[in-house]
Amino acid sequence: MTDHLPRASELGTLRGDLPFPVAARKALGDAQLRRNLGHATATIRAKRAAVVAELPDWEALRDAGSAIKADVLARLPELLDQLEREVVARGGLVHWARDADEANRIVVDLVRAVGARDGVPVEQVVKVKSMATQEIELNGALADAGIAALETDLAELIVQLSNDKPSHILVPAIHRNRSEIREIFLEHMPSVDPELTDEPRVLAMAARAYLRRSFLSARVAISGANFAIAETGTLAVVESEGNGRMCLTLPQTLITVMGIEKLLPSWQDLEVFLQLLPRSSTGERMNPYTSMWTGVTPGDGPQEFHLVLLDNGRTATLADEAGRSALHCIRCSACLNVCPVYERVGGHAYGSVYPGPIGAVLTPQLAGMQGRGAGHGHAADDPVGTLPFASSLCGACFDACPVKIDIPTMLVHLRTQHVDGERARRRVPSAEQATMAATAWVMASTKRFTAAEAATKVGRLVSRGGTIRSLPPPLSAWTSARDLPAPPTETFRQWWARTRGDGRGTP
Amino acid sequence: MRIALFATCLADALFPRAAQATVVLLERLGHEVVFPSGQTCCGQMHINTGYQREALPLVRHHVDVFEAALRSGADAIVAPSGSCVGSVRHQHADVARQQGDDRLAGRAEEVSQRTYELSELLVDVLGVTDVGARYPHRVTYHPTCHSLRILRVQDKPLQLLRAVAGIDLIELPEADSCCGFGGTFALKNADTSIAMLADKLQHVAQTGAEVLTAGDSSCLMHLGGGLSRLRAGTRTVHLAEILAGVGWEKAR
Repeated sequence: MTDHLPRASELGTLRGDLPFPVAARKALGDAQLRRNLGHATATIRAKRAAVVAELPDWEALRDAGSAIKADVLARLPELLDQLEREVVARGGLVHWARDADEANRIVVDLVRAVGARDGVPVEQVVKVKSMATQEIELNGALADAGIAALETDLAELIVQLSNDKPSHILVPAIHRNRSEIREIFLEHMPSVDPELTDEPRVLAMAARAYLRRSFLSARVAISGANFAIAETGTLAVVESEGNGRMCLTLPQTLITVMGIEKLLPSWQDLEVFLQLLPRSSTGERMNPYTSMWTGVTPGDGPQEFHLVLLDNGRTATLADEAGRSALHCIRCSACLNVCPVYERVGGHAYGSVYPGPIGAVLTPQLAGMQGRGAGHGHAADDPVGTLPFASSLCGACFDACPVKIDIPTMLVHLRTQHVDGERARRRVPSAEQATMAATAWVMASTKRFTAAEAATKVGRLVSRGGTIRSLPPPLSAWTSARDLPAPPTETFRQWWARTRGDGRGTP
Repeated sequence: MRIALFATCLADALFPRAAQATVVLLERLGHEVVFPSGQTCCGQMHINTGYQREALPLVRHHVDVFEAALRSGADAIVAPSGSCVGSVRHQHADVARQQGDDRLAGRAEEVSQRTYELSELLVDVLGVTDVGARYPHRVTYHPTCHSLRILRVQDKPLQLLRAVAGIDLIELPEADSCCGFGGTFALKNADTSIAMLADKLQHVAQTGAEVLTAGDSSCLMHLGGGLSRLRAGTRTVHLAEILAGVGWEKAR
């Protein structure tokens, strides 16, 4: 239904190289990663639980957040037009980008224009932590144009210095501990004190000294946005460190790249989201820095402001009735922190800048599941197609989501889309398709089911001492670490017939 | 009350004790249990693996069988499983609708409104927490994800367990984290599933319990499969068997 709508640009930021189960196996074998992630997610889970529990109206806030986002999506074209008018009326400029390539081109051209105007090319820009610019791989596009992008969020800086990839929406370096961070700083941070310790304060001070030089000299800053208020054209960024505030206030030119779903109709709506977001993300009652700006204020802050509105697959997501509420997401990452899968495998296994439960939904929605294969060119090998299956459907994500995205139901919806796509594509059914069709055929009839049940008794032949320890593929995936009990000598319905009589229970 | 048993395909074929104990327990409480023998499977595995089209005939079959049971006088339907009841309640009508059968969706909704997980039936419908059982063992309880977060049974199973005479009920650390079963997830993502299981079993070991109980045979199959492989010295017993009490087999 949504095939005619543009998907995200084909970049490496949403589509990994390996199917999830393969990438997960590698991650699960990394003991240091397991320890780092287990510690970090447990800490943040406890903090979130405590600050959520102290609000008596938390559930009402979630309802309000969800309702406001549903309203935004229902009126998106109108609200986007309003936002553009208000931003322009207050001295800003608005650009529309269909996909990542277009957004990157717009930003690169804007940065180059600043260099041309000043007569001195811009060699470095400072960046506020932003998922949208990660999604479009803006840093790579800037680098190709000879412009270095300096990440100023501490965790993002750690990832950038070590030439790594982010593994969490909020804490991109969550897979690292402080001892590893110290090593990264010593190896990659120019003029760092060689006596650096791994105390958090010492590490933060080192980053501060390194970044401050750039804040003072940067001519262009690039940010994302947590919220945009259509009513006034105001943009908002919430953060913990204050480095974002430096970027948003010191340079002469500010370029903001924002997904089109980040809108809120009015100022009043911020009241809801400024309670939901910090409690859900960092587990704080209020984040330390909330920066808001409206167009350009003469003599104060950036004198040139550009807003780049990014689609990159969002309209296609909006067109999918069962999947559109994924656009409610405010990138808090609460679902990552409570997810038993994410906690064990970490973010890199998802192969997308959006990992975890919401990533397993958003990534297929934005990028599609029938794209580049894992080196074979087969749509069936598209790693994105494995993401909706990377969940035990335990439901912890839905409970934690501040805007009530029913992630488990959407995962099942995407699984159905994937299976339907495969069914249409293959001429000869896969082993799984054949098995599913056969079991459904058996189970749709009482007679066939009863006969099949009786046949499971052959399982007793491969059991020893009432236990099956080994089975052929695909069930070997079960018996690799788990026994199975031998089938019983008598099924329940046989017991019922024997003890209660046939006629009694049959309607 | 006349109660129709939805045994679930897994209990019927592989774990009949869970369904038998449900019958014995309800009969002891003075209720009439009927077993609509046409029943097969609710289709949850197919639905959750993405095979909605294949699941549709299963949904239709389930609705046919239990609609007939209600028509012929059953007051309620009970299953010894949180996830199968979860599928009936939260997926059946939706599957029918997605596959373009609105009439089936309406019928599925009527069946689902009368379908209860065992602890829901006992506490909410029958209004009983002390079922008169004795079970002199150290037990720990794992709340399965679908009973907890889809059905919201809350602490009903624990209310029932606390009232069992002689039981030494020990709280399971990090009880509400998933055991890693997840249906075909346990096969498709076996490594991650096993990692989740390993952590769960570590918490079980901390309790020193000889019996691990839950309201779902599927999760117990996973947990029990791990405990058996490790020769851990803890066995799995379905909640219904504990509530039926020691020696329930004799009442069969």
